[in-house]
Amino acid sequence: MKKKATTLPSLSQKYIMAVAGIFLMLFLIFHLATNLLMLAGDGGKQFGNVVNFLTENPAVKIMEYILFAGFLLHIILGVILQVHNYRARPVRYHSRLQTETSQFSRYMIHTGVIILVFLVIHLMNFFFIRLGWVAVPDHAESRHDFFSMAVVLFQNPWYSLVYIVSFVFLGFHLKHAFQSAFQSLGLNHTKYTPAIKVIGTIYALAISIGFSLIPLYFLFIF
Amino acid sequence: MDFKLKIWRQKNAREKGGFRTYPINDVSPEMSFLEMLDYLNKQIIESGGEPVTFEHDCREGICGSCGLFINGRPHGPMRRTTTCELHMREFTDGDTIVIEPWRSKAFPIIKDLVVDRSSFERIMHAGGFISVDTGSAPESNSLPVSKNNSDKAFDAAACIGCGACVAACKNSSAMLFAAAKIAQYALVTQGKAEAKERVDKMVRQMDAEGFGYCSNTYGCEFDCPKGISIDFIALMNREFFSSKVCRQIPGRYTRKV
Repeated sequence: MKKKATTLPSLSQKYIMAVAGIFLMLFLIFHLATNLLMLAGDGGKQFGNVVNFLTENPAVKIMEYILFAGFLLHIILGVILQVHNYRARPVRYHSRLQTETSQFSRYMIHTGVIILVFLVIHLMNFFFIRLGWVAVPDHAESRHDFFSMAVVLFQNPWYSLVYIVSFVFLGFHLKHAFQSAFQSLGLNHTKYTPAIKVIGTIYALAISIGFSLIPLYFLFIF
Repeated sequence: MDFKLKIWRQKNAREKGGFRTYPINDVSPEMSFLEMLDYLNKQIIESGGEPVTFEHDCREGICGSCGLFINGRPHGPMRRTTTCELHMREFTDGDTIVIEPWRSKAFPIIKDLVVDRSSFERIMHAGGFISVDTGSAPESNSLPVSKNNSDKAFDAAACIGCGACVAACKNSSAMLFAAAKIAQYALVTQGKAEAKERVDKMVRQMDAEGFGYCSNTYGCEFDCPKGISIDFIALMNREFFSSKVCRQIPGRYTRKV
């Protein structure tokens, strides 16, 4: 009895997942670099300049669509893969699986969902305001005045806490994601893979700590 | 040694199964796990019950028949060991041992602890072979294979197809098995001619069988009794990519006049 597959091969799906993931990881570096300008201590002047440059640049506009596509692809495919994986074991084990695996790798969908929830909050607070989908808050001068919006949001300790916790989970997600993307693309090497794992850990820490510095700055120093 | 065995009992593929607990006494620490089950079955038969069905053949760790999920680990607590080579001295006197069959959609239960692993065979039928004419063996020196590649191919070929990788994977993915079987041919001269078609066909068959997808947790490598490396999964991913990008489709390269 031969069964026939009708969907995209599993490995193709993994490839798409990895490529979209690497694209999002590159975006995070860029986003962090921009955001850290808020800590320059000049009342958001440099940060505002970069925001203005980005919002007026047509090439960035195109990149925004690609970025959105990257997010959607990664999220939707992630959910599809997870549902497929749950269904591949309809009857679960009675005893808890004792096989040793990294904690980070086991909870990718869980950390992923937390990041998705954060992403929605984040877009509501900033990006959708710029697009005009959400009303501009009173304290902001214009819908491009992200600095004032950030100041008010981060001076609320609860918001800052949610923000930092989300980035801790993003760090967990990235810790596994970085080396996993290389493995999925078949880029595995006796010499380089250990280095990739180290770089992945540094990257995950840098993103987590880097983004968390911003609410801490506005809470305690600004 | 005395144990309490909690064993999955299921009459057939259709009926619902459940756990039954059997106390077992006077087990020798020198007994293998399967000998301990034989000993239990002897007692069950003597008391007029239905013995526990489990699969076994060579009992020396090379056939891949035996495969039990013991206390949350495929092939039990000892690494690089099949169930038949696991000895009771690895357990503590008075332990409760939970024994389950492999659980995967692609491995339906036949009876008790026996699962149907013909999905693995169908993956092999799809491309796990080389097409050569039979006859006398060719001159071995006419097939150049590097030492490195032949060693690696041999490591991949150590896979006994027991299914522990599927059992250990949280997604019940068969990628380690498929990767080992693809790699054992892809690395040597004999297998290169059909490598591109092979990887495509075997991966598609693996998908069709309903195995989960790899999420790189590497649990398969940890619990593989033969120590197959996840490097082979990366090799399979590379092979698959090159099969998509560089496959020559017949007729496509003939210039039209």
